[in-house]
Amino acid sequence: MKILIDAIRQLARYPSAIAGLIIIGTLIGMSFYAVITIPYSEAIKLWQGRDGVWNEIPRNAEPKWVNLFPGINLPETFILNSEDIVSKSLQPLGGGIKKIEKRMEFDFGYDCFPQEMSLFFDATYDERPPHVFLTWLTPDGREINLAERRADAPYRISLDRDLAREIGGLAPEVGLFADPFAEEIVPLQGRYGLQITGWLFEEDSSLDVRLVVFGQVHGIAGTDHMRRDLMVALLWGAPIALTFGFLAAVGVTASTFIIAAIGVWFGRWVDAVIRWITQVNIILPVLPILIIVGTFYSRSIWVMLGVIIALSIFSAGIFVYRAMFLQIKGMPYIEAAKAYGASNFRIIFQYMLPKLVPVLIPAFVMTIPAMVFLEASLAVLGLGDPLLPTWGKVLKDAWVNGALLMGHYYWVLLPSALLMMTGLGFAMVGYALDRIFNPRLRES
Amino acid sequence: MGFRVGKYILVRAISLGLAVVVGVYLTILIANMGGHVDEIRKAQIWERVAIGVFADETLRMLPRQEREPIIKDKVALEAERLGLDRPFLVRSFSYLGDALSLNLGRAQHLTSDAGSREIRLILLERLPATLALFATANLLLFFGAIFVALFLSRRYGSILDKTIIALAPTSAAPSWFYGIFLILIFAVLLQLLPFGGMVKAPPPESVLEYALSLLKHMILPVAAIVISAIFIAIYSWRTFFLIHSSEDYVEMAKAKGLSSWAIERRYVLRPTLPPIITNFAFMLIGMWTGAIILETVFNWPGLGRLLYEAIALYDTPVIVGAVVVYAYLLVLTLFLLDIIYAMVDPRVKVGSGDRKP
Repeated sequence: MKILIDAIRQLARYPSAIAGLIIIGTLIGMSFYAVITIPYSEAIKLWQGRDGVWNEIPRNAEPKWVNLFPGINLPETFILNSEDIVSKSLQPLGGGIKKIEKRMEFDFGYDCFPQEMSLFFDATYDERPPHVFLTWLTPDGREINLAERRADAPYRISLDRDLAREIGGLAPEVGLFADPFAEEIVPLQGRYGLQITGWLFEEDSSLDVRLVVFGQVHGIAGTDHMRRDLMVALLWGAPIALTFGFLAAVGVTASTFIIAAIGVWFGRWVDAVIRWITQVNIILPVLPILIIVGTFYSRSIWVMLGVIIALSIFSAGIFVYRAMFLQIKGMPYIEAAKAYGASNFRIIFQYMLPKLVPVLIPAFVMTIPAMVFLEASLAVLGLGDPLLPTWGKVLKDAWVNGALLMGHYYWVLLPSALLMMTGLGFAMVGYALDRIFNPRLRES
Repeated sequence: MGFRVGKYILVRAISLGLAVVVGVYLTILIANMGGHVDEIRKAQIWERVAIGVFADETLRMLPRQEREPIIKDKVALEAERLGLDRPFLVRSFSYLGDALSLNLGRAQHLTSDAGSREIRLILLERLPATLALFATANLLLFFGAIFVALFLSRRYGSILDKTIIALAPTSAAPSWFYGIFLILIFAVLLQLLPFGGMVKAPPPESVLEYALSLLKHMILPVAAIVISAIFIAIYSWRTFFLIHSSEDYVEMAKAKGLSSWAIERRYVLRPTLPPIITNFAFMLIGMWTGAIILETVFNWPGLGRLLYEAIALYDTPVIVGAVVVYAYLLVLTLFLLDIIYAMVDPRVKVGSGDRKP
């Protein structure tokens, strides 16, 4: 314990270590925020995207903050519902048939077109769904007939080919907002309207509509090809990466360390066996085996964790620790312990291991980012955890869907930045610890 | 002395040989999922046979009861042809024998570009691509790092030294990670270099143009490998040289007034040669496996990609073939290093066993 407190005090002398600690602190804070605001099961559900949770979120939207850059003014998503209705009338036509008229209005002030438009109906009926007639009203007074249809399924305005043909071959979300007199295709800013004329055929029938105009920006982190808010994955990536990195690093470094000590202390055949197993283990190719496990058995992140640890117990690090323990084994205090009859167990765990903990700590801290990147590497190969959102999986999605080619840089840059921050944070602290605990490396 | 060295070499050879046997056998077990891959293969055979039967006019007309035995017979015949009728445990040992005698056999799904199923040919076809990439990158990395480290250890504490040391944490990220950034900058934004692949398509006819195209495609992956490892390599070599140049005999040489180059050559590099050789040897054999992810990101047709493709297709013979060659290379290197150390380094006490390999 005293070693740790001393170490932390000394760390304060290294600016890079302080920066590293701040990064690690931020990541831990992020993890707690993620776990508290989005519970585990909720995160999995969101990332699976079941029940259409992302239906009203645009695809591949840039983060909102890109609008802060000069010259960029991308539209946000807006949803018009019953609150935006400016006029409304209900007229019984007899025979249980009613005619309703609703008019929604909104201001559009962006320099770019929306990405997509959909109209969702919320209709109650027993047998005959209401019938609607839709008219688009532009700021310059034109009226465009959108469609006439039954209100039983969402109307995907952007996918309406007939409409596109009618408005000059432009995609509906472009054509409906385009300025008809401009030379280039630019949006006309001003107040738009949607006129809905509906016929209800049943006594208890009712009709509500919601117009979703999908923007080109969403949230702090943007969205991916499945309309998922990347913020979920970026936030949840932190606790997963830290937990995985920490557990893997503990498993990998501590087990190797203890086994090296046991081998050295008992010597003879125990040592020989340990060294021989290590030789076998070095021959086994770690990454291919992980890929085999991922492809053939299970892609669960915790199974991978177990395999990584199992493969790293007898790693080449044993040879390094062995050399150090051999020196310690001959030290007088160990002789003394032996003389007063300390048990083997006691000598290994109370006398030998603590002596080398200073060597272990920097190695441990630097193993964490290595493991975080290993998880990301597996994810990039398509072997990420099937349920959990991780940074690596976001990168993989971005890569597979050609994010770089399509210009969705945020999709690659945000998870990369977090991975890099994690790597740098732990590595900076690790190097500083190395210099503190191994004075031979200390600068002037 | 001669007898002791001989006995030591023999013991080492046996121990390493056994390690190869066990390591390769474990790989065979894992790559076959302890026999489960055979079930997958049998299912594939059944599907193929069933489709074949249904494509046959006369057989399709048969009633179900008569058709089933025909399918079963055909499946059994095919399984026997592929040796799948013997229990997995028995076959696993014959696999082991084949693998150890480097009789790599034939792939189940993969073929070489020339169309061969021979694993030896498939591996040999991929080897040049991996070697071109990793030999260039690793040699650059190795000699560049040692050269810079020597230079820094002379100017230790200078601004340059501090800058490079401060950059060491960047090596926490693997090469494919930097590869993505390099592609973003040089292929997407600047459009100077290709996204990936080894040569442009279709491959140029003349040798010179081919080489130029290859070089152009190599720049980004090589840069990614070098960037991801150079700073940590410089850092560790520099620390290593610093420790060794604070030895008394170096101080003595300085006191004698020798030039700094002479001191480095005779008193720093020479005693540190064994670890340098070890590192170099491991770097060389490390090329065999290539880098699975880097090759995937850059679409580089090397051994790493091959291994990944083989795993995705459950093509166990290819996996085992690649691993057994690697195991032999590794163990031979370990063995040679052992012998070289035992002969060259006076500090190595043969037979005592208490030393770092």
